[in-house]
Amino acid sequence: MKMVVAIIKPFKLDEVREALSEIGVQGITVTEVKGFGRQKGHTELYRGAEYVVDFLPKIKLEAAVPADTLDRVLEAIEKSARTGKIGDGKIFVSDLEQVIRIRTGESGSEAL
Amino acid sequence: MKTKRSEVSVKANASPGWCYAATKKLIMLFALPAVLYGLSASAFAEEAAMATLAAPIPDKGDTAWMLLSTLLVVLMIVPGLSLFYGGMVRAKNMLSVLSQIFAIFALVSVLWVVYGYTLAFGDGGGLNWVIGDLSKLFLAGVTPDSTSATFSEGVVIPELTFVAFQLTFAAITVALIVGGFAERIKFSALLVFSALWFTFSYLPIAHMVWASGGYLFEKGALDFAGGTVVHINAGIAALVGAIVIGKRIGYGREAMAPHNLPMTMIGASLLWVGWFGFNAGSNLEATGGAALALLNTIVATGSAALGWMFAEWLWRGKPSMLGIASGAIAGLVAVTPAAGLVGPMGAIVLGLIAGAVCLWAVSGLKKSFGYDDSLDVFGIHAVGGIIGAIGTGIFVSPALGGVGVSDYSMVGQVMTQATGVLVTVAWSGAVSFVLFKLIDAAIGLRVTEEAEREGLDTATHGERAYNF
Repeated sequence: MKMVVAIIKPFKLDEVREALSEIGVQGITVTEVKGFGRQKGHTELYRGAEYVVDFLPKIKLEAAVPADTLDRVLEAIEKSARTGKIGDGKIFVSDLEQVIRIRTGESGSEAL
Repeated sequence: MKTKRSEVSVKANASPGWCYAATKKLIMLFALPAVLYGLSASAFAEEAAMATLAAPIPDKGDTAWMLLSTLLVVLMIVPGLSLFYGGMVRAKNMLSVLSQIFAIFALVSVLWVVYGYTLAFGDGGGLNWVIGDLSKLFLAGVTPDSTSATFSEGVVIPELTFVAFQLTFAAITVALIVGGFAERIKFSALLVFSALWFTFSYLPIAHMVWASGGYLFEKGALDFAGGTVVHINAGIAALVGAIVIGKRIGYGREAMAPHNLPMTMIGASLLWVGWFGFNAGSNLEATGGAALALLNTIVATGSAALGWMFAEWLWRGKPSMLGIASGAIAGLVAVTPAAGLVGPMGAIVLGLIAGAVCLWAVSGLKKSFGYDDSLDVFGIHAVGGIIGAIGTGIFVSPALGGVGVSDYSMVGQVMTQATGVLVTVAWSGAVSFVLFKLIDAAIGLRVTEEAEREGLDTATHGERAYNF
Protein backbone atom coordinates (compact mmCIF):
# COMPACT_ATOMS: atom_id res chain seq x y z
CA MET A 1 0.00 0.00 0.00
CA LYS A 2 1.20 3.48 -0.83
CA MET A 3 0.40 6.89 0.55
CA VAL A 4 0.25 9.55 -2.14
CA VAL A 5 0.39 13.19 -1.03
CA ALA A 6 0.07 15.80 -3.76
CA ILE A 7 0.34 19.57 -3.52
CA ILE A 8 -1.58 21.12 -6.39
CA LYS A 9 -2.98 24.42 -7.59
CA PRO A 10 -6.39 25.01 -6.00
CA PHE A 11 -8.25 25.46 -9.28
CA LYS A 12 -7.00 22.07 -10.49
CA LEU A 13 -8.71 20.12 -7.73
CA ASP A 14 -11.84 19.15 -9.66
CA GLU A 15 -9.85 17.85 -12.63
CA VAL A 16 -7.59 15.81 -10.38
CA ARG A 17 -10.54 14.34 -8.50
CA GLU A 18 -12.24 13.32 -11.76
CA ALA A 19 -9.04 11.74 -13.09
CA LEU A 20 -8.61 9.75 -9.89
CA SER A 21 -12.24 8.59 -9.85
CA GLU A 22 -11.87 7.40 -13.43
CA ILE A 23 -9.06 5.04 -12.52
CA GLY A 24 -10.95 3.71 -9.53
CA VAL A 25 -9.46 5.53 -6.57
CA GLN A 26 -12.01 5.10 -3.77
CA GLY A 27 -11.39 8.18 -1.69
CA ILE A 28 -9.17 11.20 -1.17
CA THR A 29 -8.71 13.74 1.61
CA VAL A 30 -8.20 17.39 0.76
CA THR A 31 -6.80 20.24 2.86
CA GLU A 32 -6.38 23.92 2.04
CA VAL A 33 -2.77 24.75 2.78
CA LYS A 34 -0.23 27.52 2.27
CA GLY A 35 3.38 27.10 1.34
CA PHE A 36 6.25 28.21 -0.80
CA GLY A 37 8.40 26.53 -3.37
CA ARG A 38 10.03 27.87 -6.49
CA GLN A 39 7.00 29.94 -7.39
CA LYS A 40 7.56 33.42 -6.02
CA GLY A 41 4.90 35.06 -3.85
CA HIS A 42 3.45 38.46 -4.60
CA THR A 43 3.48 41.87 -2.96
CA GLU A 44 0.42 43.58 -1.55
CA LEU A 45 0.31 47.33 -1.15
CA TYR A 46 -2.00 49.07 1.30
CA ARG A 47 -1.48 52.83 0.98
CA GLY A 48 2.19 53.14 1.93
CA ALA A 49 2.65 49.71 3.47
CA GLU A 50 4.05 46.96 1.29
CA TYR A 51 3.74 43.34 2.33
CA VAL A 52 5.47 40.45 0.57
CA VAL A 53 3.21 37.43 0.63
CA ASP A 54 5.54 34.39 0.41
CA PHE A 55 3.05 31.69 1.26
CA LEU A 56 0.68 30.91 -1.55
CA PRO A 57 -2.56 29.00 -1.19
CA LYS A 58 -2.40 25.39 -2.41
CA ILE A 59 -4.41 22.22 -2.03
CA LYS A 60 -2.93 19.21 -0.28
CA LEU A 61 -4.49 15.98 -1.47
CA GLU A 62 -3.95 12.62 0.23
CA ALA A 63 -4.83 9.23 -1.19
CA ALA A 64 -4.05 5.75 0.11
CA VAL A 65 -3.81 3.35 -2.85
CA PRO A 66 -2.87 -0.28 -3.54
CA ALA A 67 0.79 -0.55 -4.60
CA ASP A 68 -0.08 -2.04 -7.98
CA THR A 69 -2.17 1.00 -8.97
CA LEU A 70 0.47 3.54 -7.95
CA ASP A 71 1.80 4.27 -11.44
CA ARG A 72 -1.63 4.93 -12.84
CA VAL A 73 -2.49 7.15 -9.87
CA LEU A 74 0.69 9.18 -10.30
CA GLU A 75 0.09 9.53 -14.03
CA ALA A 76 -3.49 10.65 -13.46
CA ILE A 77 -2.47 13.33 -10.96
CA GLU A 78 0.46 14.54 -13.06
CA LYS A 79 -1.64 14.87 -16.21
CA SER A 80 -4.65 16.49 -14.62
CA ALA A 81 -2.76 18.90 -12.36
CA ARG A 82 -0.25 20.14 -14.88
CA THR A 83 -0.48 23.63 -16.39
CA GLY A 84 3.18 23.73 -17.45
CA LYS A 85 3.73 26.91 -15.44
CA ILE A 86 5.78 27.25 -12.30
CA GLY A 87 3.83 26.42 -9.15
CA ASP A 88 2.08 23.24 -10.40
CA GLY A 89 3.12 21.45 -7.20
CA LYS A 90 4.68 18.15 -6.20
CA ILE A 91 3.69 14.56 -5.48
CA PHE A 92 5.16 12.68 -2.53
CA VAL A 93 4.92 8.91 -2.28
CA SER A 94 5.61 6.80 0.80
CA ASP A 95 4.98 3.27 2.03
CA LEU A 96 1.85 2.81 4.02
CA GLU A 97 2.08 0.35 6.91
CA GLN A 98 -1.49 -0.17 7.91
CA VAL A 99 -5.02 0.93 7.01
CA ILE A 100 -8.13 0.21 9.08
CA ARG A 101 -11.73 0.90 8.15
CA ILE A 102 -13.23 2.06 11.40
CA ARG A 103 -16.80 0.94 10.74
CA THR A 104 -16.06 -2.72 10.01
CA GLY A 105 -12.64 -3.20 11.51
CA GLU A 106 -11.27 -4.45 8.15
CA SER A 107 -7.57 -3.82 7.78
CA GLY A 108 -4.82 -3.85 5.16
CA SER A 109 -5.67 -3.64 1.46
CA GLU A 110 -9.26 -4.71 2.16
CA ALA A 111 -9.77 -1.39 3.90
CA LEU A 112 -8.60 0.71 0.96
CA MET B 1 -39.65 89.21 -0.99
CA LYS B 2 -43.06 88.57 -2.52
CA THR B 3 -42.07 90.00 -5.93
CA LYS B 4 -38.92 87.95 -5.95
CA ARG B 5 -40.87 84.76 -5.32
CA SER B 6 -43.34 85.34 -8.18
CA GLU B 7 -40.46 86.11 -10.53
CA VAL B 8 -38.95 82.79 -9.69
CA SER B 9 -42.18 80.91 -10.26
CA VAL B 10 -42.69 82.52 -13.68
CA LYS B 11 -39.14 81.60 -14.62
CA ALA B 12 -39.70 78.06 -13.53
CA ASN B 13 -42.78 77.79 -15.71
CA ALA B 14 -41.13 79.30 -18.75
CA SER B 15 -40.47 75.99 -20.45
CA PRO B 16 -42.16 75.25 -23.79
CA GLY B 17 -45.62 73.66 -23.99
CA TRP B 18 -49.12 75.08 -24.13
CA CYS B 19 -49.92 73.90 -20.65
CA TYR B 20 -47.13 75.95 -19.09
CA ALA B 21 -47.94 78.97 -21.25
CA ALA B 22 -51.59 78.83 -20.22
CA THR B 23 -50.65 78.56 -16.58
CA LYS B 24 -48.39 81.56 -16.97
CA LYS B 25 -51.20 83.66 -18.41
CA LEU B 26 -53.52 82.57 -15.63
CA ILE B 27 -50.98 83.52 -13.01
CA MET B 28 -50.58 86.96 -14.57
CA LEU B 29 -54.34 87.40 -14.69
CA PHE B 30 -54.69 86.68 -11.02
CA ALA B 31 -51.58 88.63 -10.17
CA LEU B 32 -52.93 91.88 -11.65
CA PRO B 33 -55.57 92.67 -9.00
CA ALA B 34 -53.12 91.61 -6.36
CA VAL B 35 -50.56 94.10 -7.64
CA LEU B 36 -53.19 96.88 -7.72
CA TYR B 37 -54.23 95.97 -4.20
CA GLY B 38 -50.57 95.86 -3.21
CA LEU B 39 -50.03 99.43 -4.49
CA SER B 40 -52.95 100.77 -2.47
CA ALA B 41 -51.83 98.91 0.61
CA SER B 42 -48.14 99.72 0.32
CA ALA B 43 -48.12 101.46 3.68
CA PHE B 44 -49.34 98.31 5.40
CA ALA B 45 -46.87 96.22 3.47
CA GLU B 46 -44.01 98.37 4.66
CA GLU B 47 -45.12 97.99 8.24
CA ALA B 48 -45.39 94.25 7.81
CA ALA B 49 -41.91 94.13 6.30
CA MET B 50 -40.51 95.99 9.30
CA ALA B 51 -42.13 93.47 11.62
CA THR B 52 -40.66 90.61 9.56
CA LEU B 53 -37.19 92.13 9.87
CA ALA B 54 -37.57 92.42 13.61
CA ALA B 55 -38.42 88.75 14.11
CA PRO B 56 -37.73 86.66 11.04
CA ILE B 57 -39.47 83.31 10.85
CA PRO B 58 -37.53 80.24 9.76
CA ASP B 59 -38.33 79.03 6.27
CA LYS B 60 -39.69 75.48 6.28
CA GLY B 61 -37.50 74.53 3.33
CA ASP B 62 -34.35 75.72 5.07
CA THR B 63 -35.35 73.97 8.26
CA ALA B 64 -36.09 70.71 6.48
CA TRP B 65 -32.78 70.89 4.65
CA MET B 66 -30.83 71.49 7.85
CA LEU B 67 -32.60 68.64 9.67
CA LEU B 68 -31.75 66.34 6.79
CA SER B 69 -28.15 67.58 6.68
CA THR B 70 -27.79 66.86 10.38
CA LEU B 71 -28.93 63.29 9.84
CA LEU B 72 -26.53 62.91 6.95
CA VAL B 73 -23.59 63.91 9.14
CA VAL B 74 -24.71 61.36 11.76
CA LEU B 75 -24.65 58.83 8.90
CA MET B 76 -21.04 59.85 8.22
CA ILE B 77 -19.95 59.04 11.73
CA VAL B 78 -21.70 56.07 13.25
CA PRO B 79 -21.86 53.74 10.31
CA GLY B 80 -19.59 55.61 7.86
CA LEU B 81 -16.40 56.45 9.69
CA SER B 82 -16.74 53.32 11.86
CA LEU B 83 -16.77 50.98 8.86
CA PHE B 84 -14.16 52.99 6.95
CA TYR B 85 -11.75 52.73 9.87
CA GLY B 86 -12.93 49.29 11.04
CA GLY B 87 -12.17 47.61 7.73
CA MET B 88 -8.59 48.89 7.81
CA VAL B 89 -7.58 47.39 11.16
CA ARG B 90 -6.78 43.75 11.83
CA ALA B 91 -9.72 41.45 12.59
CA LYS B 92 -8.74 41.24 16.27
CA ASN B 93 -9.25 45.02 16.69
CA MET B 94 -12.42 45.51 14.66
CA LEU B 95 -14.79 45.93 17.60
CA SER B 96 -12.41 48.23 19.44
CA VAL B 97 -12.57 50.76 16.61
CA LEU B 98 -16.34 50.44 16.30
CA SER B 99 -16.74 50.87 20.08
CA GLN B 100 -14.42 53.87 20.19
CA ILE B 101 -16.25 55.78 17.48
CA PHE B 102 -19.70 54.89 18.80
CA ALA B 103 -18.74 55.90 22.35
CA ILE B 104 -17.14 59.15 21.21
CA PHE B 105 -20.27 60.10 19.29
CA ALA B 106 -22.38 59.41 22.36
CA LEU B 107 -20.03 61.29 24.68
CA VAL B 108 -19.57 64.39 22.54
CA SER B 109 -23.32 64.59 21.86
CA VAL B 110 -23.98 64.97 25.56
CA LEU B 111 -21.06 67.33 26.21
CA TRP B 112 -22.10 69.48 23.28
CA VAL B 113 -25.53 70.33 24.62
CA VAL B 114 -24.28 70.63 28.22
CA TYR B 115 -21.50 73.17 27.62
CA GLY B 116 -20.07 72.77 24.11
CA TYR B 117 -22.58 74.82 22.15
CA THR B 118 -22.46 77.85 24.41
CA LEU B 119 -18.65 77.86 24.56
CA ALA B 120 -18.35 77.49 20.79
CA PHE B 121 -21.01 79.95 19.69
CA GLY B 122 -21.64 82.20 22.69
CA ASP B 123 -20.22 85.69 23.12
CA GLY B 124 -17.15 85.39 25.32
CA GLY B 125 -16.83 89.13 26.08
CA GLY B 126 -13.16 89.90 26.70
CA LEU B 127 -12.18 86.38 25.66
CA ASN B 128 -14.48 86.39 22.64
CA TRP B 129 -11.52 86.16 20.24
CA VAL B 130 -10.94 82.61 21.44
CA ILE B 131 -14.00 81.21 23.23
CA GLY B 132 -17.67 81.82 23.96
CA ASP B 133 -19.36 82.10 27.33
CA LEU B 134 -21.57 79.93 29.53
CA SER B 135 -24.80 81.87 29.02
CA LYS B 136 -26.45 78.90 27.28
CA LEU B 137 -25.11 76.24 29.64
CA PHE B 138 -27.46 73.22 29.47
CA LEU B 139 -28.98 75.02 26.44
CA ALA B 140 -30.52 77.60 28.77
CA GLY B 141 -32.97 79.74 26.89
CA VAL B 142 -32.81 77.73 23.67
CA THR B 143 -36.38 76.85 22.74
CA PRO B 144 -38.09 75.59 19.59
CA ASP B 145 -38.90 79.25 18.88
CA SER B 146 -35.37 80.64 19.15
CA THR B 147 -33.52 81.14 15.91
CA SER B 148 -29.98 81.28 14.54
CA ALA B 149 -28.76 83.58 11.80
CA THR B 150 -27.66 82.23 8.42
CA PHE B 151 -25.47 83.84 5.77
CA SER B 152 -28.37 85.88 4.43
CA GLU B 153 -29.68 88.98 6.13
CA GLY B 154 -33.05 88.29 7.71
CA VAL B 155 -32.99 84.55 7.04
CA VAL B 156 -32.94 82.34 10.11
CA ILE B 157 -33.21 78.69 11.03
CA PRO B 158 -34.43 77.22 14.33
CA GLU B 159 -31.59 77.43 16.83
CA LEU B 160 -32.14 73.82 17.90
CA THR B 161 -31.45 72.74 14.33
CA PHE B 162 -28.20 74.67 14.37
CA VAL B 163 -27.29 73.16 17.75
CA ALA B 164 -27.89 69.63 16.44
CA PHE B 165 -26.08 70.28 13.14
CA GLN B 166 -23.02 71.64 14.93
CA LEU B 167 -23.14 68.77 17.42
CA THR B 168 -22.43 66.33 14.64
CA PHE B 169 -19.39 68.36 13.54
CA ALA B 170 -17.90 68.26 17.02
CA ALA B 171 -18.56 64.52 17.24
CA ILE B 172 -16.96 63.62 13.92
CA THR B 173 -13.89 65.72 14.64
CA VAL B 174 -13.14 63.88 17.87
CA ALA B 175 -14.00 60.51 16.29
CA LEU B 176 -11.58 61.09 13.39
CA ILE B 177 -8.62 61.17 15.79
CA VAL B 178 -9.14 57.50 16.68
CA GLY B 179 -7.43 56.43 13.46
CA GLY B 180 -4.06 57.84 14.54
CA PHE B 181 -3.53 55.44 17.43
CA ALA B 182 -5.93 52.63 16.55
CA GLU B 183 -5.07 49.10 17.70
CA ARG B 184 -3.17 50.17 20.85
CA ILE B 185 -4.98 52.90 22.81
CA LYS B 186 -6.50 52.19 26.20
CA PHE B 187 -10.27 52.70 26.02
CA SER B 188 -10.52 54.64 29.28
CA ALA B 189 -7.65 56.93 28.25
CA LEU B 190 -9.38 57.57 24.94
CA LEU B 191 -12.62 58.65 26.62
CA VAL B 192 -10.78 61.04 28.95
CA PHE B 193 -8.78 62.42 26.05
CA SER B 194 -11.92 62.86 23.94
CA ALA B 195 -13.72 64.89 26.59
CA LEU B 196 -10.69 67.09 27.30
CA TRP B 197 -9.63 67.58 23.70
CA PHE B 198 -13.19 68.46 22.72
CA THR B 199 -13.15 71.10 25.45
CA PHE B 200 -9.70 72.56 24.94
CA SER B 201 -9.10 72.17 21.22
CA TYR B 202 -12.36 71.72 19.32
CA LEU B 203 -14.40 74.39 21.09
CA PRO B 204 -11.82 77.20 20.87
CA ILE B 205 -10.94 76.46 17.23
CA ALA B 206 -14.62 76.26 16.24
CA HIS B 207 -15.23 79.56 18.04
CA MET B 208 -12.21 81.27 16.48
CA VAL B 209 -13.20 80.20 12.95
CA TRP B 210 -16.99 80.32 12.97
CA ALA B 211 -18.27 82.59 15.73
CA SER B 212 -18.49 86.30 15.10
CA GLY B 213 -15.74 87.96 17.08
CA GLY B 214 -13.56 84.85 16.77
CA TYR B 215 -9.93 85.59 15.91
CA LEU B 216 -9.83 83.82 12.52
CA PHE B 217 -13.41 84.75 11.65
CA GLU B 218 -12.60 88.43 12.06
CA LYS B 219 -9.38 88.02 10.09
CA GLY B 220 -11.50 86.80 7.16
CA ALA B 221 -10.21 83.24 7.07
CA LEU B 222 -12.50 81.19 4.85
CA ASP B 223 -13.59 77.79 6.06
CA PHE B 224 -16.91 76.88 4.55
CA ALA B 225 -17.57 73.55 6.25
CA GLY B 226 -14.68 72.94 8.60
CA GLY B 227 -11.39 72.21 6.83
CA THR B 228 -9.43 73.76 9.69
CA VAL B 229 -11.90 73.23 12.53
CA VAL B 230 -12.55 69.59 11.73
CA HIS B 231 -9.85 68.12 9.54
CA ILE B 232 -6.61 69.92 10.33
CA ASN B 233 -7.59 70.00 13.99
CA ALA B 234 -8.23 66.23 14.13
CA GLY B 235 -5.35 65.33 11.82
CA ILE B 236 -2.78 67.09 13.99
CA ALA B 237 -4.19 65.56 17.19
CA ALA B 238 -3.95 62.12 15.59
CA LEU B 239 -0.32 62.70 14.56
CA VAL B 240 0.65 63.90 18.02
CA GLY B 241 -1.18 60.91 19.51
CA ALA B 242 0.55 58.45 17.19
CA ILE B 243 3.94 59.88 18.15
CA VAL B 244 3.33 60.15 21.91
CA ILE B 245 1.78 56.67 22.19
CA GLY B 246 4.38 55.10 19.92
CA LYS B 247 4.24 52.55 17.16
CA ARG B 248 2.23 49.37 17.25
CA ILE B 249 4.17 46.27 18.24
CA GLY B 250 5.63 44.78 15.08
CA TYR B 251 5.04 47.91 13.00
CA GLY B 252 7.10 47.70 9.83
CA ARG B 253 8.00 44.05 10.48
CA GLU B 254 4.71 42.18 10.73
CA ALA B 255 1.95 42.30 8.15
CA MET B 256 -0.82 44.64 9.27
CA ALA B 257 -2.98 44.44 6.20
CA PRO B 258 -6.59 45.71 6.43
CA HIS B 259 -8.88 42.87 7.44
CA ASN B 260 -11.91 43.79 5.35
CA LEU B 261 -11.60 46.29 2.52
CA PRO B 262 -15.21 45.86 1.35
CA MET B 263 -16.23 47.33 4.73
CA THR B 264 -13.82 50.19 4.18
CA MET B 265 -15.43 50.76 0.80
CA ILE B 266 -18.91 50.79 2.34
CA GLY B 267 -17.67 53.19 5.01
CA ALA B 268 -16.10 55.49 2.43
CA SER B 269 -19.35 55.48 0.45
CA LEU B 270 -21.40 56.36 3.52
CA LEU B 271 -18.91 59.11 4.28
CA TRP B 272 -19.31 60.50 0.79
CA VAL B 273 -23.11 60.49 0.95
CA GLY B 274 -23.08 61.94 4.46
CA TRP B 275 -20.63 64.61 3.41
CA PHE B 276 -23.36 66.27 1.33
CA GLY B 277 -24.99 67.14 4.63
CA PHE B 278 -21.66 68.28 5.99
CA ASN B 279 -20.73 70.54 3.08
CA ALA B 280 -24.01 71.56 1.47
CA GLY B 281 -25.63 71.75 4.90
CA SER B 282 -22.98 74.24 5.96
CA ASN B 283 -24.69 76.68 3.63
CA LEU B 284 -27.42 76.76 6.33
CA GLU B 285 -30.06 77.51 3.69
CA ALA B 286 -31.56 75.45 0.89
CA THR B 287 -30.35 77.76 -1.88
CA GLY B 288 -28.10 77.85 -4.92
CA GLY B 289 -25.17 78.08 -2.54
CA ALA B 290 -26.09 74.68 -1.13
CA ALA B 291 -26.38 73.33 -4.66
CA LEU B 292 -22.90 74.65 -5.48
CA ALA B 293 -21.48 73.02 -2.35
CA LEU B 294 -23.25 69.76 -3.21
CA LEU B 295 -21.95 69.70 -6.78
CA ASN B 296 -18.43 70.53 -5.63
CA THR B 297 -18.65 67.71 -3.12
CA ILE B 298 -19.29 65.31 -6.00
CA VAL B 299 -16.73 66.53 -8.49
CA ALA B 300 -13.84 67.26 -6.14
CA THR B 301 -14.28 63.79 -4.67
CA GLY B 302 -14.36 62.20 -8.09
CA SER B 303 -11.27 64.00 -9.29
CA ALA B 304 -9.39 63.19 -6.08
CA ALA B 305 -10.26 59.49 -6.39
CA LEU B 306 -8.93 59.64 -9.96
CA GLY B 307 -5.86 61.64 -8.89
CA TRP B 308 -4.92 59.08 -6.24
CA MET B 309 -5.77 56.14 -8.50
CA PHE B 310 -3.67 57.30 -11.46
CA ALA B 311 -0.79 58.44 -9.25
CA GLU B 312 -0.72 55.05 -7.54
CA TRP B 313 -1.04 53.23 -10.84
CA LEU B 314 1.91 55.13 -12.32
CA TRP B 315 4.03 55.11 -9.20
CA ARG B 316 3.31 51.74 -7.61
CA GLY B 317 2.09 49.78 -10.60
CA LYS B 318 -1.51 48.99 -9.60
CA PRO B 319 -4.71 51.00 -9.02
CA SER B 320 -6.05 49.75 -5.69
CA MET B 321 -9.57 49.84 -4.24
CA LEU B 322 -8.21 51.20 -0.98
CA GLY B 323 -6.43 53.88 -3.03
CA ILE B 324 -9.59 54.94 -4.87
CA ALA B 325 -11.54 55.11 -1.59
CA SER B 326 -8.73 56.96 0.19
CA GLY B 327 -8.47 59.41 -2.69
CA ALA B 328 -12.19 60.08 -2.45
CA ILE B 329 -11.84 60.88 1.26
CA ALA B 330 -8.85 63.13 0.54
CA GLY B 331 -10.98 65.01 -1.99
CA LEU B 332 -13.87 65.34 0.44
CA VAL B 333 -11.50 66.75 3.04
CA ALA B 334 -9.93 69.20 0.60
CA VAL B 335 -13.24 70.49 -0.72
CA THR B 336 -14.69 70.94 2.78
CA PRO B 337 -13.40 74.48 3.35
CA ALA B 338 -14.00 75.33 -0.30
CA ALA B 339 -17.39 73.73 -0.95
CA GLY B 340 -19.61 76.82 -1.26
CA LEU B 341 -16.84 79.20 -2.25
CA VAL B 342 -15.14 77.81 -5.35
CA GLY B 343 -16.53 76.89 -8.74
CA PRO B 344 -16.85 73.29 -9.91
CA MET B 345 -13.72 73.59 -12.09
CA GLY B 346 -11.73 74.90 -9.15
CA ALA B 347 -13.07 72.00 -7.09
CA ILE B 348 -11.86 69.52 -9.70
CA VAL B 349 -8.34 70.95 -9.64
CA LEU B 350 -8.38 71.02 -5.84
CA GLY B 351 -9.45 67.36 -5.78
CA LEU B 352 -6.77 66.23 -8.23
CA ILE B 353 -4.05 67.91 -6.19
CA ALA B 354 -5.39 66.49 -2.92
CA GLY B 355 -5.62 62.96 -4.32
CA ALA B 356 -2.04 62.88 -5.54
CA VAL B 357 -0.45 64.76 -2.63
CA CYS B 358 -2.26 62.73 0.04
CA LEU B 359 -0.98 59.52 -1.57
CA TRP B 360 2.52 60.90 -1.12
CA ALA B 361 1.69 61.92 2.44
CA VAL B 362 0.57 58.43 3.49
CA SER B 363 3.51 56.70 1.82
CA GLY B 364 6.61 58.83 1.15
CA LEU B 365 6.15 61.40 3.91
CA LYS B 366 5.00 58.83 6.47
CA LYS B 367 7.88 56.50 5.70
CA SER B 368 10.54 59.19 5.90
CA PHE B 369 9.43 60.25 9.38
CA GLY B 370 8.60 56.75 10.58
CA TYR B 371 5.57 57.57 12.75
CA ASP B 372 2.78 55.01 13.00
CA ASP B 373 -0.40 56.94 12.20
CA SER B 374 -2.37 53.67 11.89
CA LEU B 375 -5.14 54.81 9.57
CA ASP B 376 -3.48 57.91 8.10
CA VAL B 377 -5.54 60.59 9.78
CA PHE B 378 -2.65 63.02 9.43
CA GLY B 379 -1.82 62.06 5.85
CA ILE B 380 -5.38 62.46 4.63
CA HIS B 381 -7.18 64.83 7.02
CA ALA B 382 -4.42 67.24 8.03
CA VAL B 383 -2.61 67.27 4.68
CA GLY B 384 -5.87 67.27 2.69
CA GLY B 385 -7.23 69.94 5.01
CA ILE B 386 -4.21 72.17 4.49
CA ILE B 387 -4.45 71.77 0.71
CA GLY B 388 -8.12 72.66 0.95
CA ALA B 389 -7.58 75.66 3.22
CA ILE B 390 -4.86 77.17 1.03
CA GLY B 391 -6.66 76.13 -2.16
CA THR B 392 -9.82 77.89 -1.00
CA GLY B 393 -7.85 81.13 -0.82
CA ILE B 394 -6.83 80.64 -4.46
CA PHE B 395 -9.93 79.16 -6.10
CA VAL B 396 -12.40 81.49 -4.37
CA SER B 397 -11.10 84.02 -6.92
CA PRO B 398 -13.87 85.00 -9.37
CA ALA B 399 -11.22 84.86 -12.09
CA LEU B 400 -10.90 81.13 -11.37
CA GLY B 401 -14.63 80.52 -11.19
CA GLY B 402 -15.03 81.11 -7.45
CA VAL B 403 -17.78 83.12 -5.82
CA GLY B 404 -15.33 85.79 -4.60
CA VAL B 405 -15.23 87.69 -1.33
CA SER B 406 -15.20 91.43 -0.79
CA ASP B 407 -11.79 93.13 -1.09
CA TYR B 408 -10.29 89.95 -2.54
CA SER B 409 -6.61 89.71 -3.35
CA MET B 410 -5.20 86.26 -3.92
CA VAL B 411 -1.96 86.82 -2.01
CA GLY B 412 -3.75 88.44 0.90
CA GLN B 413 -6.39 85.71 1.10
CA VAL B 414 -3.81 82.92 0.88
CA MET B 415 -1.86 84.57 3.71
CA THR B 416 -5.05 84.74 5.79
CA GLN B 417 -5.77 81.09 5.01
CA ALA B 418 -2.21 80.17 6.00
CA THR B 419 -2.69 82.03 9.29
CA GLY B 420 -5.78 79.91 9.94
CA VAL B 421 -3.81 76.74 9.21
CA LEU B 422 -0.89 77.77 11.44
CA VAL B 423 -3.10 78.78 14.36
CA THR B 424 -4.98 75.47 14.14
CA VAL B 425 -1.81 73.37 13.80
CA ALA B 426 -0.14 75.13 16.73
CA TRP B 427 -3.23 75.11 18.95
CA SER B 428 -4.28 71.54 18.29
CA GLY B 429 -0.67 70.33 18.42
CA ALA B 430 0.04 71.97 21.78
CA VAL B 431 -3.27 71.01 23.42
CA SER B 432 -3.03 67.43 22.16
CA PHE B 433 0.58 67.03 23.30
CA VAL B 434 -0.15 68.30 26.81
CA LEU B 435 -3.30 66.18 27.12
CA PHE B 436 -1.63 62.99 25.91
CA LYS B 437 1.28 63.48 28.28
CA LEU B 438 -0.98 64.26 31.25
CA ILE B 439 -3.25 61.27 30.61
CA ASP B 440 -0.26 59.00 30.06
CA ALA B 441 1.16 60.04 33.43
CA ALA B 442 -2.20 59.75 35.18
CA ILE B 443 -3.74 56.53 33.86
CA GLY B 444 -1.54 55.36 30.97
CA LEU B 445 -2.40 55.73 27.29
CA ARG B 446 -1.55 52.33 26.05
CA VAL B 447 -2.81 48.81 26.64
CA THR B 448 -0.36 46.16 27.87
CA GLU B 449 1.82 44.37 25.37
CA GLU B 450 -0.10 41.18 26.05
CA ALA B 451 -3.43 42.85 25.34
CA GLU B 452 -2.09 44.43 22.19
CA ARG B 453 -0.91 41.09 20.84
CA GLU B 454 -4.16 39.41 21.81
CA GLY B 455 -6.20 42.16 20.17
CA LEU B 456 -8.30 44.83 21.82
CA ASP B 457 -11.61 43.14 21.00
CA THR B 458 -11.16 40.35 23.50
CA ALA B 459 -8.65 42.09 25.79
CA THR B 460 -10.59 45.33 26.27
CA HIS B 461 -14.16 44.62 25.25
CA GLY B 462 -14.49 40.91 26.00
CA GLU B 463 -16.02 40.01 22.66
CA ARG B 464 -14.98 38.96 19.20
CA ALA B 465 -16.08 40.49 15.91
CA TYR B 466 -16.29 37.27 13.98
CA ASN B 467 -17.34 33.89 15.36
CA PHE B 468 -17.49 31.45 12.50
